[in-house]
Amino acid sequence: MSSNLTNVVIAGIGGQGVLKASDILADVAVRAGLDVKKSEIKGMSQRGGSVSSDVRFGQAVLSPMVSPGEADFLLVLDSTQVETNLGVLKPGGTLIKPDAVDPAKLPNRKSLNVALLGALSAHLPLPEKEWIESLREAFAPEFFEPNRQAFLVGRQGVRGDL
Amino acid sequence: MTSPTRKLLSGDEAIALAALHARVALGAGYPGTPSTEILERFSELGGRGQWSPNEKVALEVALGVAFSGARAIATMKHVGLNVAADPLFTAAYTGVSGGLVIVSADDPGMASSQNEQDNRRYAVAASVPMLEPADSQEAYDFLWQAFEISERWKIPVILRVTTRVCHSYTLVNPRGPNGAAKPAHFERDIPGRVMIPAYARPAHRRLRGKMAEIQKWNETSPLNYSVPGNRSVGIIASGISFMHAREAAPAASVLKLSVTYPLPMEKIAAFAKTVDRCVVIEEGDPYLFEAIRAAGIEVEGKAEMYRFGELDVPRVRRILKNDLSPEPAKAPGKPPQLCEGCQYRLVFETLRARDCIVAGDIGCYTLGVLPPFEAMDSCVCMGASLGIGLGLRHVLPRSEARRVVSVIGDSTFIHSGISGLVEMVYNPPPDGHVLIILDNSTTAMTGHQEHPGTGRALNHEPANKIVLEDLARAVGVKRVHIIEPRAGSTDFARVLDECLASGELSVIIARRPCLLIVKRLREFERCDCERKEGHVQQSH
Repeated sequence: MSSNLTNVVIAGIGGQGVLKASDILADVAVRAGLDVKKSEIKGMSQRGGSVSSDVRFGQAVLSPMVSPGEADFLLVLDSTQVETNLGVLKPGGTLIKPDAVDPAKLPNRKSLNVALLGALSAHLPLPEKEWIESLREAFAPEFFEPNRQAFLVGRQGVRGDL
Repeated sequence: MTSPTRKLLSGDEAIALAALHARVALGAGYPGTPSTEILERFSELGGRGQWSPNEKVALEVALGVAFSGARAIATMKHVGLNVAADPLFTAAYTGVSGGLVIVSADDPGMASSQNEQDNRRYAVAASVPMLEPADSQEAYDFLWQAFEISERWKIPVILRVTTRVCHSYTLVNPRGPNGAAKPAHFERDIPGRVMIPAYARPAHRRLRGKMAEIQKWNETSPLNYSVPGNRSVGIIASGISFMHAREAAPAASVLKLSVTYPLPMEKIAAFAKTVDRCVVIEEGDPYLFEAIRAAGIEVEGKAEMYRFGELDVPRVRRILKNDLSPEPAKAPGKPPQLCEGCQYRLVFETLRARDCIVAGDIGCYTLGVLPPFEAMDSCVCMGASLGIGLGLRHVLPRSEARRVVSVIGDSTFIHSGISGLVEMVYNPPPDGHVLIILDNSTTAMTGHQEHPGTGRALNHEPANKIVLEDLARAVGVKRVHIIEPRAGSTDFARVLDECLASGELSVIIARRPCLLIVKRLREFERCDCERKEGHVQQSH
């Protein structure tokens, strides 16, 4: 059953936009008509602690949590958090780190979370149109365009490597 | 496959939406992870949600609403139900006219709590029905269901959720708003609601009678259902454990329990007979296991090691294999800490430098226990800083007693520090005492909720304000100081030293808004000004 699922873990430090990124990913999967579950432990993350969010999507999702060693993708927003979270990745799974994006190409540094989502999106069979629509709903109008650009920087960066 | 109505909601959001759709007249609670978002979302959606000073008051307010025939919810984290336990136990006797649902949000694994108590025990102890949703759809549906049970049997109902249900987002198809809200009206019922012993004795019998009826109903309720599978292994599970179990053992037969008190024992016995081996999968205490075994039904439980922390799919696999080998340790993450520039840093540095004995409390400032401060010596429950500090002062040798201080946040002080303050005035230790109220004008730990001391209601609109210094003076504390702790200033240290040396009862209010809400506060003030100007213009 779980073999039909895509398991993504997004990790970082409180304040980096981990939950915003996982909200957008989950929303895009909903738009694509899939079953989706997203799970995170908030609690004390606001005080600068580690934060991570699990997103699972596919035909039918049961547990909302990604089991250790079963993530297809691990997206890490802070390089200090790679080691901590590496254990969730399955053998042969894809790790996306902050260096997947050239910061010089970003409209602003705060949009790293969305740029890395762009990099992740290049690996997923979810339509670009839905990503853009989801970004449009996720941000206030004045922040949509910089985030759209950041998303495309990440997405095209990966595509260019292919 | 796409349905235009399906929404991805957290369990908390689903409960809020159900409360709106079920025409809840009033929701009351106190912020506490993982329950906080229920009332916030309910209010955002247009429902009437209120923060009470604590969970006991919240439940009493909700009970008053339910006495009028309208629907009410009271929301709280698991330890909040300890505070509200007093009204809970007797509300079970009085029963209700309208629907009353108490949402108890437990925190197995202690993502943000001081213990991992299992509140399923409260349903048994108070003798009220309990429902346990496994995802957001069920959180939505079960609130409706809980109201139906509550109104049919005129009894409060516990909706017991856990962190993983509250904070996981899953798809919900809402059924949409109900018809009109039930109108509130007062119907006198003295023997039913005045619990003097003469009326409480028959009320207890009535309660047991209701529960016997509910148990009978529950035996055939479709809320508890089995998922067919092979005969070799059967699993009994409720709440989030049901989801983990289905994934861990996709071929097993599963009995899903949704109304977990009173338990449908005949249904459980019948299920257990259909399988060769029957295993109870549950987080926390062996509540289901013990109850089912006590009913004489042969089931297996889990090893003691799985009583601690949350369950997940790998742990359920291990339980099914009866694997007792040590579990792989999780890599430690970055621990939370007091924010850079937080005013409490200075307070804890000062306390540390004086080697104070610090009776602490519950909030962000509990992080004062971690390096580099390590300036907290106890943290037990909301408000305990006062009583514990006083107890230490009463009996410690003088040289130590004079170094004891109690440290509590503004919201926690209002929650349950006020009665400790009264204790301090009524039974003062020989060398007085020093209470430090860390007043950052918000309930910061749970995500910046309002409280009676902020002067704003749950929806951030202006409300009557409880002034902490006035309260302290009114109960008879002579030394009341208000200090703004600032880096580089020695004011706080000076006042603390004076108070410690005075041997009198002192309250120091260290007041400065939380850094994280400064922008929001300015916005609220701007709104307040506009509102006032609006009034002036209207009156011209």
